[in-house]
Amino acid sequence: MLLRPQLRPRVPALGSPLQLSLLACSFALAGYAGTRLLAGDRFGIVLWFVGAALLHDLVLLPLYAGLDRAAVRAFGAVGRREWAGYVRVPAALSGLLLLVWFPLIGGQTADRYRSATALSANGFLGRWLLITAVLFGGSALLLLLRRLRRATKRRPSAEN
Amino acid sequence: MARTSLLTRSPFAPSFWRSPVRGTRFTALLGVVLLGGITLLFVTGLLSYAAYNPNLAAVNDKTPDKGILGFYLFDWPTDPPWLYRLTQGIHVTLGVTLIPVLLAKLWSVVPKLFTLPPARSLAHALERLSLLLLVGGALFEFTTGVLNIQLDYVFPGSFYPLHFYGAWVFFAAFLAHAILRTPTALRNLRHMRDSADGVDETGKTGEPGEPGKTGEPDELAASTPADPTVSRRGALGLVGGASLLLFATTAGRSFDGPLRRTALLAPHGGAEPGGGPGGFQINKTAAYAGISAAETDTEAWRLVVTGRTGTVRLTRAALRDMPLHSSALPIACVEGWSTSDQWWRGVRLRDLAALVGYEDPPDVFVESLQRHGSFRHAALRANQVADPRSLLALDVNGEELTPDHGYPARVIVPAAPGVLNTKWVARLTFGGAK
Repeated sequence: MLLRPQLRPRVPALGSPLQLSLLACSFALAGYAGTRLLAGDRFGIVLWFVGAALLHDLVLLPLYAGLDRAAVRAFGAVGRREWAGYVRVPAALSGLLLLVWFPLIGGQTADRYRSATALSANGFLGRWLLITAVLFGGSALLLLLRRLRRATKRRPSAEN
Repeated sequence: MARTSLLTRSPFAPSFWRSPVRGTRFTALLGVVLLGGITLLFVTGLLSYAAYNPNLAAVNDKTPDKGILGFYLFDWPTDPPWLYRLTQGIHVTLGVTLIPVLLAKLWSVVPKLFTLPPARSLAHALERLSLLLLVGGALFEFTTGVLNIQLDYVFPGSFYPLHFYGAWVFFAAFLAHAILRTPTALRNLRHMRDSADGVDETGKTGEPGEPGKTGEPDELAASTPADPTVSRRGALGLVGGASLLLFATTAGRSFDGPLRRTALLAPHGGAEPGGGPGGFQINKTAAYAGISAAETDTEAWRLVVTGRTGTVRLTRAALRDMPLHSSALPIACVEGWSTSDQWWRGVRLRDLAALVGYEDPPDVFVESLQRHGSFRHAALRANQVADPRSLLALDVNGEELTPDHGYPARVIVPAAPGVLNTKWVARLTFGGAK
């Protein structure tokens, strides 16, 4: 080979020119909007913007991933790793509903909601708990049915 | 030895990330859904911004220093009358529905947050910085939106400028990311479709570092994957199911009656506020707006109409003596909920304009009895005043307006955002939008 890789002339590590100009364009536009965004409570807004990313990446995600891993490990310890799904799916759905609607479910905006809209603010926690009950109950029922079906399938073959 | 084991256990070690679900194809599918979804969110968001007619008058404009970001503004039409109901319903319901997709997408790429070295080149460093705007921007927009529709005003400032300027910062990063990544995502999806097994059940497609079917190493797949507990198809099913659950428990808030009851956890879901002709959704009650019975009393209340020929003061009885007209129109809120058509009856805005010397209706500046609240004063454009369905309503659904729906008189304009349908109207100044 005439030109071995390490003999290639060293180019300053810039990257693709398309990528560079596109990103510069993006930053310029973000800067134009960003200076307007930050015209108010500058510190608070930066905190929310950056904090949202950090809170998600370094707290929320490790938290739910850790809980999920612990659940899988716990089922694995009793040799029923395949059952983990029957807990993690309803837990994920119920947790997601809580994540999205926590101000109403937790009642922290109940007074404002009631006085502004003339609607009851009491039902949210109860409805979330009922949905959670249905999700876990449905999951348990499904597991039960599947085990039952497997058991009835196995029985005739055992008799033969 | 200790150092090595510490490094392999830290998130900076590729072996730390063990889920066999991660992979370029999983990410590509979520990415393409978000590409379409977020584009639609952005467009409907821009439409909602235009629907307020911010260029018409200072009172309508919560972002006076918008500069070129308002380049596309146009006179908001009155047809079709359900236009804002549709665009804003899509904006909010789709936004809520996309939350699981966004979370799954962020989960699928989180190992890249910890790649070493932090930057391979200037472009790579800039791209990572841009990802902070992308992720921070997405979460900022979704969070402010979700909090605002629940009336939880904990964010640092007024919702309008935060959500509008935040959207542009986010979209700037989103655009660069979409242009840089969409070709790869589409290529991955094409290969996924072409390959006989597609997303395989074991989730073992795309071994890291090995040229996969795409001819490129799968940089998102785990280097030492754990035994799968769920297939990639199963994981996608969970994301789709979660979206479906959020959609099913939210979408009903755009309709009256039994459909609204299906919106189990969403604000303005569930039961209507009371029964009878006034039993439909209320944005702000009279009590919340600080409207007292004394000032809306027949003896006390006068509608002050000002125009070219001077000022006219009208009692409610005098308004009733004018030609009354009916129109069936919905109330559609920026928070994404709306009502079905209500049957309004009252005086045409253009008849009131004619009363003060405008045969050709001009813009109008509307003032409410409300003493606080950001839209107690609002301007309507000439096309909205001229529309024969635009009323100063006195009745709704065959009965007098209730206090919560704006008694003694309220504005109702086809396709306008709810807050521009001013309640408890005290004064109309034609040709005087400021």
